[in-house]
Amino acid sequence: MKEINLTELEAAFQSKLDREIRIEPNDWMPADYRKTLIRQISQHAHSEIVGMLPEGNWITRAPNLRRKAVLLAKVQDEAGHGLYLYSAVETLGADREETIDDLHSGKAKYSSIFNYPTVSWADMGAIGWLVDGAAIMNQVPLCRCSYGPYARAMVRVCKEESFHQRQGFEIISKLALGTPEQKEMAQDALNRWWWPALMMFGPNDADSPHTQQSMNWKIKRSTNDELRQLFIDVTVPQAELIGLTIPDPDLKWNQETGHYEIGTINWDEFWAVVSGNGPCNRERVAARKKAKEDGMWVREAALAHAEKRKARQAS
Amino acid sequence: MSQKEWPLWEVFIRSKQGLNHKHVGSLRAADAEMAIENARDVYTRRSEGVSIWVVESNRIFASDPTEADALFEPAHSKVYRHPTFYDVPDGISHM
Amino acid sequence: MNNSISTYTLRIADDSLILGHRVSEWCGHGPILEEDIALTNIALDLIGQATSLLEYAAATEGKGRTADDLAFLRYERDYTNVLLAEQPNGDFGQTIVRQWLFDTFRLFFYEALCYSKDPQLAAIAEKSLKETKYHFKHSSEWVIRLGDGTEESHQRAQAALDLLWRYAEELFFMNAVDHELIAQGIAVDLTTIKPLWLERIQHVAKEATLKLPETNWVMKGGREGQHSEYLGYLLAEMQYMQRTYPGMEW
Ligand SMILES: [Fe+2]
Ligand SMILES: [Fe+2]
Repeated sequence: MKEINLTELEAAFQSKLDREIRIEPNDWMPADYRKTLIRQISQHAHSEIVGMLPEGNWITRAPNLRRKAVLLAKVQDEAGHGLYLYSAVETLGADREETIDDLHSGKAKYSSIFNYPTVSWADMGAIGWLVDGAAIMNQVPLCRCSYGPYARAMVRVCKEESFHQRQGFEIISKLALGTPEQKEMAQDALNRWWWPALMMFGPNDADSPHTQQSMNWKIKRSTNDELRQLFIDVTVPQAELIGLTIPDPDLKWNQETGHYEIGTINWDEFWAVVSGNGPCNRERVAARKKAKEDGMWVREAALAHAEKRKARQAS
Repeated sequence: MSQKEWPLWEVFIRSKQGLNHKHVGSLRAADAEMAIENARDVYTRRSEGVSIWVVESNRIFASDPTEADALFEPAHSKVYRHPTFYDVPDGISHM
Repeated sequence: MNNSISTYTLRIADDSLILGHRVSEWCGHGPILEEDIALTNIALDLIGQATSLLEYAAATEGKGRTADDLAFLRYERDYTNVLLAEQPNGDFGQTIVRQWLFDTFRLFFYEALCYSKDPQLAAIAEKSLKETKYHFKHSSEWVIRLGDGTEESHQRAQAALDLLWRYAEELFFMNAVDHELIAQGIAVDLTTIKPLWLERIQHVAKEATLKLPETNWVMKGGREGQHSEYLGYLLAEMQYMQRTYPGMEW
């Protein structure tokens, strides 16, 4: 049998990346590539799951039957997204429940946007429009991620996301064009969600040490600032169209660059929320922990029953 | 952490009659019935399927990618298995 | 306009609406991700059924109300769902046992309603039956897993059954409305369903090693608008937007 040394393996790996050939689960990959993927995909999965909570908060209060069904289906989709992603994590040899325990212990992060409270129905609109909108911006390039299972999960996710953004925009525009109370509700939601949505793209490129390595590995295909700009450029006109005001006095259109320029993002707030001090961090993690703990006896029962059944069939 | 988990299952979906089942992902389930029902709820929420297969992930045996050369290279050299290898005189159709 | 048909349809609608609401409370809190998705599917089916039924109830009522008016703007006493549907989720075992008692009823009920002489009800029944068959399979399998699982799960499932059994009888409630519509071949004669229901329940309970409580004490009232304390809170939440912002569209 041919001896394969590390340099050769690395060269073969790099050459696959260069030729845009996807890396598949059993292929050799550098340990750091695997580690980075496990971290990124599991955090992405956690974000989908924790992300069910702020919207789930309004399922029982949705204002009519149509909205109720749509919101339920939307939040359920997010559970599905979490599952596709955990499924991708497991192809890397990581264990789903262990990554979930890391979430519960605070070791693993999730998107900080979900640590903000949903206090009005308009927040369902703002989340679909802005948060799912930002998520789409992030996820579309990931469909070309170098790791096959992640890329394929993203293709599925992106297909489903467009309905999410549309239903959100439908909610917010209905309010923006509704009664004065409704319009106020919509503007208030935009005021609260705009900046956190911009923070979803992560720190500025200069402060994002992992970006370069991830770009080299083709795990990441665009930088934080590139995606953020793209999001701003498409979203500002949408707000204008429905008569809402972006809560940024410094926002202006730059004729030369063809892009909007924004005021300063409050990165102190971002880091405070990331490190656990957002308005709802504790509640979100506590809710996920409770679900897992309360479900323990159920999962054990199903397993015990399956084993009893196997034993009966064998005898 | 000493938690006993439900086994992992791989899910294959036939998206319509006439097509093969295709691998779509995995999920956890305590038994086969549950795996099929979960697969239906997770992977066919937008009626993407007409038939589902599930198989416990640890029952799948995979070829070793480092032996890909040995497994697949010989086939690359057997070009005579492909119809384009053969010259067919002009004017012959339906072949 | 036929008010008996409207009253009859509204009962079926309210069962779906209120139980769908209850099941939807699980979304994001299920015992495992896969089951979270499954429960949400059931909630979605029930809300979907409620919507079709409420539309029909509103149309046959002929008072110009919409399905949403009926869902969100009635007084508590005007809801005619069975008490079983409004009972709280409790633990997963309680949710599953409630669902199982209900799904088993619904299975036979819709099977029979498919033959209703009212074409609209028959059409809704046919569509709902497909969904209900799946719900029934799901809840029955879970009752068996929990009943014949671990000691703890057995105890919890049995406790849930002991708690909820007294609400089962109300599923077979009938009054003048039913008799009038049965005579016209529109409504289902629930006395014909009861033995089928009981037989299926006994069958699954046996496999689940669960004991059906021996009690003749039954709780009723929901069909006539007399509810448990739970419904008021449920409605306060469900009607919150419509009550706080009267007359607005969403
Ligand atoms: Fe998502
Ligand atoms: Fe989404």
